[in-house]
Parts: sequence; structure tokens; C-alpha cells
Amino acid sequence: MADHLLEVRDLSVEFHTAAGTVKAVQGVTWHLDRGETLAILGESGSGKSVSASAVMNLIDMPPGKITSGQILLDGKDMLKMTAEQRRQINGKRIAMIFQDPLAHLNPVYTVGWQIAEIMTTHGTAKAEAQSRALALLKRVGLPEPEVAMGKYPHQFSGGQRQRLMIAMAMACKPDILIADEPTTALDVTVQAQILALMEELQHETGMGLLLITHDLGVVAEIADRVVVMNGGRIVEEGGAAEVYRNPKHPYTKKLIDAAPGKGAMPEERDRSAQPLLQVENLQLSYGAFKALKGASFNIMPGETVAVVGESGSGKSTLARAILRLEEPDGGRALYNGKDLVTMGARELYGLRRDIQMVFQDPTQSLNPRMTVFQLISEAWVIHPDILPRAQWKERVGELLVKVGLSREMAQRYPHQFSGGQRQRIAIARALAMEPKLIICDEAVSALDVSIQAQVIALLEGLRREFDLSYLFIAHDLPVVKDFADRVIVMKSGQIVEEGPVRQVFENPAQPYTRALLAASLDPDPEVQARRRAERKEALPA
Amino acid sequence: MTETLKSAGEPPKGRLTTFLKLLWADKFAFFAAVFLLIVVLCAVFGPLLLETLATKQNLRGRNAAPFDLEAGWAMILGADALGRPLLPRIVVAAQNTIFVAAGAVFFSMLIGTALGLIAGYSRGRAAQMIPRLGDVIMSFPSLLLAVIVLYILEPSVVNIVIVLAITRIPIYLRTARAEVLEVRERMFVQAAKVMGASDRRIVFRHILPVVLPTLLTIATLDFAFVMLAESSLSFLGIGIQAPDITWGLMVSQGRPYLTNAWWLSFWPGLAIILTTLSLNLLSNWMRIALDPTQRWRLEMGGRKNG
Repeated sequence: MADHLLEVRDLSVEFHTAAGTVKAVQGVTWHLDRGETLAILGESGSGKSVSASAVMNLIDMPPGKITSGQILLDGKDMLKMTAEQRRQINGKRIAMIFQDPLAHLNPVYTVGWQIAEIMTTHGTAKAEAQSRALALLKRVGLPEPEVAMGKYPHQFSGGQRQRLMIAMAMACKPDILIADEPTTALDVTVQAQILALMEELQHETGMGLLLITHDLGVVAEIADRVVVMNGGRIVEEGGAAEVYRNPKHPYTKKLIDAAPGKGAMPEERDRSAQPLLQVENLQLSYGAFKALKGASFNIMPGETVAVVGESGSGKSTLARAILRLEEPDGGRALYNGKDLVTMGARELYGLRRDIQMVFQDPTQSLNPRMTVFQLISEAWVIHPDILPRAQWKERVGELLVKVGLSREMAQRYPHQFSGGQRQRIAIARALAMEPKLIICDEAVSALDVSIQAQVIALLEGLRREFDLSYLFIAHDLPVVKDFADRVIVMKSGQIVEEGPVRQVFENPAQPYTRALLAASLDPDPEVQARRRAERKEALPA
Repeated sequence: MTETLKSAGEPPKGRLTTFLKLLWADKFAFFAAVFLLIVVLCAVFGPLLLETLATKQNLRGRNAAPFDLEAGWAMILGADALGRPLLPRIVVAAQNTIFVAAGAVFFSMLIGTALGLIAGYSRGRAAQMIPRLGDVIMSFPSLLLAVIVLYILEPSVVNIVIVLAITRIPIYLRTARAEVLEVRERMFVQAAKVMGASDRRIVFRHILPVVLPTLLTIATLDFAFVMLAESSLSFLGIGIQAPDITWGLMVSQGRPYLTNAWWLSFWPGLAIILTTLSLNLLSNWMRIALDPTQRWRLEMGGRKNG
């Protein structure tokens, strides 16, 4: 039976919380072989990270409890080992990388020291550890590795930090690498590079790679086999391509159907009328840094314009400048012919009604001390002319029903809702203003795929019903493909390409747009395999 | 039909009962509240009822030991160096003590919080100047400041309140400012701005409720500090003037007799400790009760709050 490198058998973990006992995972069984990539796929709360935490002995044992099961490493049960034996395995035989590399790098030590430290704690001589650390930094593709050795974590970009984490994980040549959402916080082009790096390293060392992710695209790109989890149980297991082609469990089917980027792209609209919003050469800088170097575009009434770009491209700054949350340095933003940039406070107050915003993280954008009723009716406190007080209760109920919640929820607080429901509340709050234009700043990025699809469908329905326009800021290209009429691609504060969604996706004019499209991951493993082959061909040339 | 009935009848009555239910859920906080109620009643009615008893000297009962029932109920906690019974004196002293401490804490918190909100929220010159004002007050030893001011002015209860309030302002100012600087960058404040909310609404509706629990907790701790600061001023002869009494003054008056009559300092000291402790327990409860994300700890009942 000891054929597998790592095997988890019938593992159940409970957490004792104030609200009672939560069964995080129940009877989970999977295995990982040498040179193989296993992906554990699931949405938030599915328990996908718990079994990996149990392998790494990272579960806090008073609230958590392993109630049954075995974790076999080369046939030996790790749960029966002493803490000291487990420590010997962690880092040396099994290494782990995390979603947020900055939180797992010590900010007061140089990265060279930190990588060398792992090797010295496992008994390597200091000088050798130093030279190995340098070689590792070179291997993971950091520019100027000699200089990088002496730098501190904050001096690297997000993608570089993840490379550092990989270098640290590889330091002791582990047999197993566990990667918990390794690319979720990264831009698409960087994500592709990191995944490629992990794959190369796996081929070189023959290690087993355990990948925990919510992203079907990541599974399609890198995984050999996939385990689908829902509600603490494994619902489906099999080869990545096989599971995608023939999902057996209804949950897997739902997950695959919800993956964005499969819908038909909308036809081009007539754009001859007066635009709702006309942005001309809008500029904004923070000190010497030019965050926005002159952006110009139009939004027609009833149109959805998506802004895509990587982090730091200035797409959020664009939204904040239009809303005057930051003061632009120059340019114009004409809303129905009136310039938002030079508008006084009184006129701006009137226009707040027409232009609303939905933020990325509803947990943060809803005041935790206000009830849903207070949150939504705040719009009418601020703008008393919208609705007389007597009708507030009725209207809040209507809005809640409209966004797919129920009337009784009005007296609850935001923390009593799930992430998707909270974003619905945020949308209801925006609708309370009866706006013409809603700016969505990564409004669905923090949500699970199936919830994401529901919220997108809600936004789409509301657009038809109220003839809304959206400025939809996103980094996720497939979502944009389904939802937007026009796409604006931004890079380093400038608009590099603009056009109808079909034109941009099918015939991108700019190399940057092409790179962005090539890097985005398709949920279909076959499509990804084809793209990967194309990429390999393109490399030598 | 039921819905309208509920909404019409429930809130006013319902809020008080849920409030009491939440208080009962935390037994410590409940008894703290009861104790504070007694202290407040003492402060209001004590001097009216027991003034003569508390000031009556009885030289034959000098430093009378406590728990001696023969001398009558007033002597149950013993008597001071002039034979005045301690229990009535503590009751009577509650008025001045609570007035000075509550007054000083209230005004320093009010002014400090207001300045802190302005300093944290505005981006203009006030944001630069106000923290410096706090630094100026802090750089000057507070007792020295009090000594100078009270030496020049008449030492009266109101003046003591003013002096103590001024010296405690920076604590609230700095805390409020630091918290506001953080809270104003939160997304829900941005969301309110997008809705067109006025600065006043943002500060009072969105920022202050987040900052207030911290300030209230500090205020309860400060309550004890102010009581003791007042007693040191009284000890120096520039605070409360005899025959007026406060707990702090009673502690310091009992100091020479600590070796042979511990009860002179012990009972008023105990009163100070219990009052502060009660305030602290109550503020701890309030922090949880006012926070919707924490309230379940009380609603579940019986559980210790963490």
C-alpha cells in the first residue's frame, strides 16, 4: 500500500467554535505520487486547505481536532510522529508556499539570509548555504541575484516575492511542494510565469506538487489530476481533462458552467448619440509618480465599458479620479456635458446621485456597525429629495428583493451575510441612489466563481431594467468577455487599446493586449494545452 | 399586518429589554452596574442625609477599630483620627470624588476627542497644529502644571476639574487622531463619500462609532488616575480643602496612621478600586454590546467574553 509518496486516508477535522462544532473536512482521501501535480479545487469554505494544513501540522489544536484518518508519507503515519519528527519533515521533505508571500517573509531580514537560514537550520554549513541560496535565486529567475541577496522583502514586486517563496521552498530539495493559492494575488501575466516556473522545477526535481486553488484555469494549466471539494467532502476525483469533459457530480457541473468566458460576445452598439460620460486626457499624479497619463474615452447611455490591466496600470486611479475621490491634475470628464473635474462641491453633491460605485471588497465597503436598512437608506438621508421617509422601509424591501435577498434581512448586520450576499447589499445601496452610471471597481474579483456568475447576471439584469451604464474595472479577462460591450486596456497609466469587446478579444492590435490574452487561463485543459504548445513554439523565435 | 404591528410597538420597549438582557448576560458587568448605581446614589443623596454625622468629631473614638458593633452602625468601618465615623464619610465624600473625577474625565474626553477628530480628519493646517498642542501639554509635568495653576487661582472643585481635564486631554487627542487616520481610509468611508455624504456625517456617523469604544475604555482607566491625581493635589494642600472631603484625600489623611490604623486609608482606597473596576467591567461589556459583530458573545449567554 505504500506506493504513494503522500497519502491522506479518511481524514476528518473538526473545529470547536463558539457557534458549535464545525466539521471542516469529513472522510477526505487523496494521494500524491512523485512527479505528479494534484490540484484540490474548491470554493471558499469547502475545506480545500484543511487537509494540506493537516499535512503540514499547521492546524491549531485546541480549536481544531483531527477526529479520524491517517496521513502517510512513504507509508509512515505522520499523525503518530512526535512534534520533533514532524519538524524534521516540514521544510526538508515537504515545503509550502502561500497566497500572500509578503506575510510569510520576515521584513527585517534580507532575503538571502532568510533562504540560507532554512538550510542552516536543517544542518547545512553556512558558506554552502549562502552559495546555494544564490544559485536558487538565479534559478527562480530573479534579476541580478547577487544584488537581490542583500535586499529586503518589501523591495520586490508581488511576482518576485512569490519567486522568493518558491526559492525558499526549494532550498532543501523537498519531495513535495504544497502551493496554497500561489497565484491568486498575482496579475495574469505573472501568474503564467509562476506556474511555468513551478512546472519546470517539478520536471527537474521530480517532486510531487499539491496545488490548492479555486481557479479552474490554474487546474487546466498545470494539474494532472484534480480533486473537487465541496462542504468538506470530496465530490469528484479524476484526470483534469476527464473531469472537465465529463463532470459527474452536479456540483462540478455547476462549477464548470459558472466559469466565465463562454458566453457570446455582444454585438457592437450604435455610438452616434451624445455620450453619457466623456473623459478627455484625464491626468493624475501622486507626487512625482504619474498614475494616470492622459486617459480619454466615452461611455454611451446603457453601455458597459470594461477597463482591464494589471495592478499598477492606473485603472482604479481612473475610477477614483472620475469620482473625485482623488483630485485630477488635468483633463476633463464631461458628464452630460458638465465637467466633473472642475465642478464645485455643491454641484458635485447633486451628481453623486447619478454616478455610484461598487467596491471590490464588500466586507470593507459596508460599515460593520450599521444594519442593512441603515446602509441602504443612508442614500436617502444624504439626498432627502429622492424619497420621503415614510416610504423608506418599503423601498429597502423592494431593493433587497431586486438584488436577490429577502425583505426580512433589513435588520441584520453585514457580518451576518456571506461575501456574495454582501456584494448584493452594496449593489442595492448603489441602486438606492437611482444612478445612471455605476462604477464597479473589481466588484466580483473577491467572490467565488459560482457567486461571481450570479452577481454578473444580476448586474446584467439591472442594466436592462434601469438602462444603467457600467464602468467595469477588472483584471479578469473572461468576466469582461461575457459582460462588457467595450474594452479599454490600460498599461502604466495609459490606455493602450480600446474597442468593442469582439474586436479586442479576436483581433487585438497591440502586443500588450495579445500578451494579456495569451496569459489568461482558460478552464478547458485542452485549450490550455494548445496555448502552452503555442507558447513553447514562440519562445525560441 | 403582524409586520406593521411589530414595527410600531417593538423598538422603544424592545430596545430597553434587550439592553437589560445583554447586561444580565454578563454577570460581572451587571454587578458593576449595580455598584456604580449605588455610588451615584451616594453621591447625590449622601451629603444631604449624612453630612452632620460625617463631620461630628468624637475624640474618644479616635482611630476606632472597624467591625465594632457596640459603637453603632456608623462606626462599622471604624473612625478616623478625629473620631469621625468612616462609613458616612465615604458616602459623603463620594459626591466630591465623583464630581471631580467624572467632570475631569468627561471634559478631557470631550475636548480631546473633538480635537483628535479634527486633527485626524482634516488635511489642512489644523492637522499639523493640534497634535503639537497635545505635545506641549504632555511635555509639561501635569502635577507641576496643576500646582502652578491652583497656586495662582483659588483652589476650588471647579478649578481642579479644569486643571485635571486639561492635563488629560492629550491622551484622548492622540488616540482619537491615530484611530481616525486609520478609519478614514477604510472603504466604507470612501463609499459614504461617493454617496455625497457631508464631512460631518462621515465623521459622526461613520468614524466616531468605530473610535468611541477605544476612547471609553481609556476613559474608565483614566477615572482612577484622575481620582488619585486629585488626592495628590489635596495632599499638597492645593486640592480639595478640608472640611470638604474626597476619597483620595481620605487615603492621604490616613497615611500617617498606616502602621497602627490601616482602615483609615483602606476603606476609601477600596472604594476607589471598586469604582474603577466596575467602570472597567462595564466599559468592557459596552464595547462588546455596541459592536454588532461581537454581540453574539453576550446573546449566547453565560459564556465568558474574550
